[in-house]
Amino acid sequence: MSQFFTQAILTATVASGIALATPFLLASLGETIGQRSGVINLGLDGIMLLSAFTSYYVALNTGNLGLAVLSGVGVGFLMGIATAFISVTLKAEQGISGIGVYLFGLGLSDLLFVKLVGTPLPIASLPAFRIPVLADIPILGPMLFQQTLLVYFAFLLVPVVTFILDRTTYGMKIKAAGENPAAADSLGVSVARIRWSAVLIGCSMAGLAGTSLLLYDGIFQQNLTQSEGFIAVALVYFGAWTAVGVMGGSLLYGLVAAVVLAWKALGIIPLSASDLAATAPAVLTVLALLWVGRRFRQPAVLGKPYERGE
Amino acid sequence: MNATIPAEPTDRTDAPLLEMRGITKRFAGVVANDGVDFDVQAGEVHSLFGENGAGKSTLMRVLYGFHRPDAGEIRMHGSPVTIGSPADAIRHGIGMIHQHFMLVNTLSVADNVALGLPSSRGPLTDPGRVSERIRELSETYHLRVDPNAVVWQLSVGERQRVEILKALYRNVALLILDEPTAVLTPQEVDDLIAVLRQMAQDGKGLVFISHKVREVLGLSTRITVLRHGHRVGTLPASAATRDILVEMMVGHALAPERAAVATGEALSDAAIVGLTPAAGQAPPAPAVATTPPRLVVRDLTVPGDRGTDAVRGLGLEVRGGEIVGIAGVSGNGQRELAEAISGVRRSTSGSIVLDGTELTGANPARARAVGLGYVPEERTRDGVVADFSVAENLLLVDSTAPAFSRLGFLRGREIRRHCQSLVEAFDIRTPSLDTPTRTLSGGNIQKLIMARELSREPRVLLVAQPTRGIDVAAARYIHERLREQRARGTAVLIVSEDLDEVMSLADRILVMYEGSVIGEARPDASTRAEIGLMMAGIRPDAANAAAAARATT
Repeated sequence: MSQFFTQAILTATVASGIALATPFLLASLGETIGQRSGVINLGLDGIMLLSAFTSYYVALNTGNLGLAVLSGVGVGFLMGIATAFISVTLKAEQGISGIGVYLFGLGLSDLLFVKLVGTPLPIASLPAFRIPVLADIPILGPMLFQQTLLVYFAFLLVPVVTFILDRTTYGMKIKAAGENPAAADSLGVSVARIRWSAVLIGCSMAGLAGTSLLLYDGIFQQNLTQSEGFIAVALVYFGAWTAVGVMGGSLLYGLVAAVVLAWKALGIIPLSASDLAATAPAVLTVLALLWVGRRFRQPAVLGKPYERGE
Repeated sequence: MNATIPAEPTDRTDAPLLEMRGITKRFAGVVANDGVDFDVQAGEVHSLFGENGAGKSTLMRVLYGFHRPDAGEIRMHGSPVTIGSPADAIRHGIGMIHQHFMLVNTLSVADNVALGLPSSRGPLTDPGRVSERIRELSETYHLRVDPNAVVWQLSVGERQRVEILKALYRNVALLILDEPTAVLTPQEVDDLIAVLRQMAQDGKGLVFISHKVREVLGLSTRITVLRHGHRVGTLPASAATRDILVEMMVGHALAPERAAVATGEALSDAAIVGLTPAAGQAPPAPAVATTPPRLVVRDLTVPGDRGTDAVRGLGLEVRGGEIVGIAGVSGNGQRELAEAISGVRRSTSGSIVLDGTELTGANPARARAVGLGYVPEERTRDGVVADFSVAENLLLVDSTAPAFSRLGFLRGREIRRHCQSLVEAFDIRTPSLDTPTRTLSGGNIQKLIMARELSREPRVLLVAQPTRGIDVAAARYIHERLREQRARGTAVLIVSEDLDEVMSLADRILVMYEGSVIGEARPDASTRAEIGLMMAGIRPDAANAAAAARATT
């Protein structure tokens, strides 16, 4: 145990925890926007998988990581069109249609992987970007300021999403659509348009989340996400539908995962128990969710399609 | 600051602010508005008066773009307009305050008021400037509200003020208020009326939807009365009196030909009664008087959905062999009373006794066990499981009875025989016993529920809205069955918003107003107008009260 409590190891663990938290943060921030507008997207994990594969394929063939990121977001956006059409326009039951989107993403990403790639090769990983001056601060520098650009971007989105939801007219419309769509409608706000846009933003961010997961691992495999998209949905509840809360949940999950990884590497956790230990972040998140979950009210019409003059 | 300020009605002074011509709106075959004409001048309060279901709200929801009319024309300032959505209505300077508040509870007052409007700061909200404007409007119209408060913290009266502020903030030329006083205290109603008067003085046109005579007379410039989707007439408030309005509302004196149409069913029912000796039109009063009351309700208080008491200290008695009808305008506690008696809703004080058995606080199963039959108001929601088959719904509450199940297994053959006999006996028109109940017509669903309840041979039968939304033939059949129950000695209590129905069926009529019985009448001794007055909250005079007291003791 003592070998864990060294400055180098602790710093590295926190740094990797932050990196591990990033895909969750991106996915659950986007899902927060969607859920605030009243749409729950259980297909998140499938979208992450499709985007991760697309980014992998693009990176493998072009070697261009920027293009890989863009294509991942683009696939997320396309899946957003499908999700919004099903959930908002067709007014489908969102729990069921979400599972459908998930299974579609899971199956298609695997199929394309087998057909188009065959033997998996690693791709170049995203380089760490040292923020000048800040990166040289002892302890804090290596923890926080020697991450990839995607990590900085994800955490920068936290104040951005908070600002959009609390200070813009668009944010007010999103919240109105999720709390009392009839009120929004009666004031001439198109509930369908608002929900469409929120779903498109959320799914694009899910796409980016899938890409960031791929770039962290550096290689694609079947079911790369291991259902992390569902954890991201749970984190939205954990975070009480706020960007800051969602960030807290993502960090908790990422840090616990990093500690487990470090302990495994150091042999603190015996090999025989490593599978069990790998469930720790999920178990902890669920426990935290139980503790936190009931204190906050979810958007009043979450998951319910809007019908004028009901 | 506000780019969408609608033009004040200055372009053509001769044309009214609003004209609606020949508006017709049907819902699944039911005509809610039938060729209705309606107009509003700038600076007037034009009230829409009538019973629930008369088509008042539908007409205004058409105007606000919630419903598309099947026929008719809408003109604003003399020029035809198409209103396909609330956004269109807002663009034409129309605002609406809905029966249920249209507020986002988690947002502040300022955010609610500004929702959907362009902000002075582009994509950013400008709560400071919005709050400032709200304060100015609050000052001008005496509408005290804290712009920074979050809506869920506000009282009902304050929320109402926010709704009015939303309209004022948009500088509407025409404001529709759909039953705005329903949830307010008397003091709040007075305040509201003062605000509305001021808005009219400022040149706005107002439409005030209500079924309360006092408010309509106190506030209106003109009054239009609707009944069964038709416009009965429009008269200046100066020419209107309580009696005239109530008569128009219930379709009696002013429109005899229309009243005849409306009460046609009741008349033919009376004819049937005349032919059926078991159910004479004048009930055999002595026989009834000698039987002890089977259902006794004392000082009953029942909370409504909004937290206030919907039934307030109500008492009533129903004897075996009589039909007691509860009349009243919808929303005066009838639904809650029926739910409390059937055990679906908890009462907070008072007692319900059925044949000497205390039922207060009992659950529906117990109420049934001691002999209550209950036909609920929302028949497809509360009376049947709509996706179950006809047979399953007929059996529903008896599935554990020994006749139909053995050791937890249903006895299919016995059940089918029983259900088949009920379907035949009650003339339920269904393709088969296995047909999903939701595909039946309203009349056949009601017959199904009646069949189920009557097959249990109840000692007290409670039927809410026996024939609402049901075709004439089925309605007549159900009336016959109710009279048959009376002849068998069942204590029958019906709750109905259809005064014609109550008058043709009941031996005694209790009028409910604001949660208690305001008066009692006998269909052979009272006129429709007298009962209508009570429905509007006007107590019967001392003589009538004395007569009613003699009748009950």
